[in-house]
Formats: sequence, structure tokens, C-alpha cells
Amino acid sequence: MVEEKPTLETVWGWLDSVPDPEIPVISLTDLGIIRDVQWQGDTLEVTVTPTYSGCPATSIINLDIETALRAKGIEKLSLKRQLSPAWTTDWLSESGKAKLEDYGIAPPRPAGGPQHCPRCKSAKVERISQFGSTPCKAQWRCQSCLEPFDYFKCI
Amino acid sequence: MTDPLFEYLCRMGDNTLVLSHRVSEWCGVAPVLEEDIALANTALDLIGQTQLWLGLAGEIEGKGRDADTLAFRRDVWDFRNVLLAEQPNGDFGQTMMRQYLFDAWHLLQLKALKGSSNAQISAIAEKAVKEVTYHVERSGDTVIGLGDGTEESHQRMQKALDRLWPYVGELFVSDAVDQALSAKGIAPEPTSLREEYDTAVDAVLAEATLTRPDSDFAHQGGKTGVRHTEHLGHMLTEMQWLQRAYPDATW
Repeated sequence: MVEEKPTLETVWGWLDSVPDPEIPVISLTDLGIIRDVQWQGDTLEVTVTPTYSGCPATSIINLDIETALRAKGIEKLSLKRQLSPAWTTDWLSESGKAKLEDYGIAPPRPAGGPQHCPRCKSAKVERISQFGSTPCKAQWRCQSCLEPFDYFKCI
Repeated sequence: MTDPLFEYLCRMGDNTLVLSHRVSEWCGVAPVLEEDIALANTALDLIGQTQLWLGLAGEIEGKGRDADTLAFRRDVWDFRNVLLAEQPNGDFGQTMMRQYLFDAWHLLQLKALKGSSNAQISAIAEKAVKEVTYHVERSGDTVIGLGDGTEESHQRMQKALDRLWPYVGELFVSDAVDQALSAKGIAPEPTSLREEYDTAVDAVLAEATLTRPDSDFAHQGGKTGVRHTEHLGHMLTEMQWLQRAYPDATW
């Protein structure tokens, strides 16, 4: 039981440590899908936007947010879905992009393709498919080290 | 008449639902792994959009039906998808031709709906348009690759186009539902999208070295639900089996 309402800053800090279920190296706040956190009276309202409308991780993400906040003693919680403005990879944090690259996933770029291979850094890369193992990724291959890799699609 | 807004949302949701199910039939059996994954991803986007459209339809109707109820508890005559969406997969070429002919329309439709006077519709369209931009890029590329490919792939793509073209016209037919919504600025007049569609499709077909059939004869009856092809009933038998055999079963 929480004696006093935690500050919004504290709540954002908690959410910052909730990993994305598909790509656990980045957090939900890195991903930019948590749009707002507000106290409505004594209820904590968290506004979440989906990455892709059919992404199966969406329900897991909501469950993870709830679990994390309950563990911190939040009892009255409401999760609000927001469709507009639609999620864009522009909302991915800079630290999130760096973590993706370290993990072996090329971060999104407005140019529409990866800057270089996340492993050997060669700029000679080719697209295998617009789609990949999750809705947010495409498959690319490095023509230097020949390794296939994931590219986080720019939307 | 049923509420035109409910009808319209069912049309949008049934298009994506039925096409999504069709595309998902390829899961695990597509010609190569990358295509298998791409098809499954496309189906997933479409099923996500279905949840939004049919979810809103149920809300507007106000009788307590949610997206699942609408998907699994309606019979074939209550479906409002266009006939193109329910056509069987055929070979991979036919599946990709159907996808392209649909995607090219879907993108224009969603771009128009982004400007809808209904905020919920506009928000769904804003979300979906990003996904569909990827769909049409890939299906268009594939139609070009296979059309302008080997002699065999070219023949199959031409055959697919000849087979599916008579189902394109229905996408642009306007009826009382469309007119009611377009008068309120909620949705575009279907006929208004035709010119841009033809321009886009003609460009892709030319690059694919395929010939658009001369006749603009259009089969109709899907979006009004009056006359679906025999294929939809068979598809629903499979898709709805579990909820019909075990009503209210949950995961």
C-alpha cells in the first residue's frame, strides 16, 4: 500500500525499466509507446499507443506495465489506448537506437534502410524482404560479412 | 435500413478480416521462407486493423457485440467484404495479384479516411495507412517481378489478372451507405478513387508486362452482402468452427 502518491517522474522511472517483450534490450519508454502518465484523482492513468495494429506484443505490454506498477504498490490503475497520433519510429529514443544496434538490430532511418551492418559496420547491405520476424522489422543482409540481420522498419 | 455507419465499419472490417484469413492460409506453406513471413505479417496487420474496425462497429451498434462476436457469430449473408477479398488463394501468383489489386485500393481508401469527419475512423485510418503502405510496396514489386519474370511466371500472372479483374469494379461501386457517409464527410465516394487507382495499377501492370483486360464487367454483391461467391461460406466454416462448436470458448 502506497502512503502517498508517487510523483509522475517516479512512475516514468519505473516504466523506463520495463523491457519490450520482443526486444528486451530496449524499454517501453525507449520505444516511445508510452504517451502519457497522469493522476486522475487517485487512479494512475497510463496512455499507451500500439506499434502495429496487429502486434501480438501489445497485450503482453499492457500486462507488463500493470505487473510492474502493481509491484510498486499502485492499486488503482487505468490503461488507455491511444491510436492518434499514430506511433512513429521518430519516437524511439537515441539511447534506444544505440541499444538496438548493439543488440544486432539496425535502427530505423528516414532514408528507409540501415546505415550499415550492425555487426561488421560495412555499408554494403541489401534488402531480403520488407518483412521480418516481428511486424516492426525487415530482413536485410550484409554483402561484406554475409550475415543476415534485422532492420527496425521506419514508420 | 441498418445504421449506415455500422454497415460501413463492417465493410472495412470484413474486408480486412476475410483477406487476412485467406492470406494466413499460406502460413507454413509459402514458396520460400521470406515470403511465408511476409504473408503472415501482412495477415497480422490486417487482423489488427479488423479488431479496430469491427471493435468500433460493435461500439456504434450498441448491442454488446465486440469484434470477436462479429467475426465468429455472423453467417455468410451478414458479411460485407468485397468479393475480391474472399477469392481463393490459387497459386502464389494469384494470391499476390489479389493482394496488389486490393492493396492499391486499400491505400487510397485509407488516405481518404484519414481526413474523415469522424475522429475514431480518422485515427484508425492514420494507423492503418502506415502498414498498408508497406503492403502495396511489396505486392506491387512482386507483381512486377513475376509478371516480368520467366515465361511461366508471366503466363500465371496474366491468368491471375484475367481471373481477378472482374472483381475490381465492386471496389468503386457507390450505394446508399456510401452516399450517406460521404454526405457527412465521414467517408469518400468510392467512385472518386477510381482515376488514381487506374493510374497506379496501369503503371505497375505496364512494368510487369501484363495486359489489363478490356472488359470492365464487375461482379457485385459482396459489400452489400446480397450475393457472396460460394467460396466465403467454405472459408467461414473453417474460420468459425471452434466458436460454433464450443460457444464462448476462450484461450
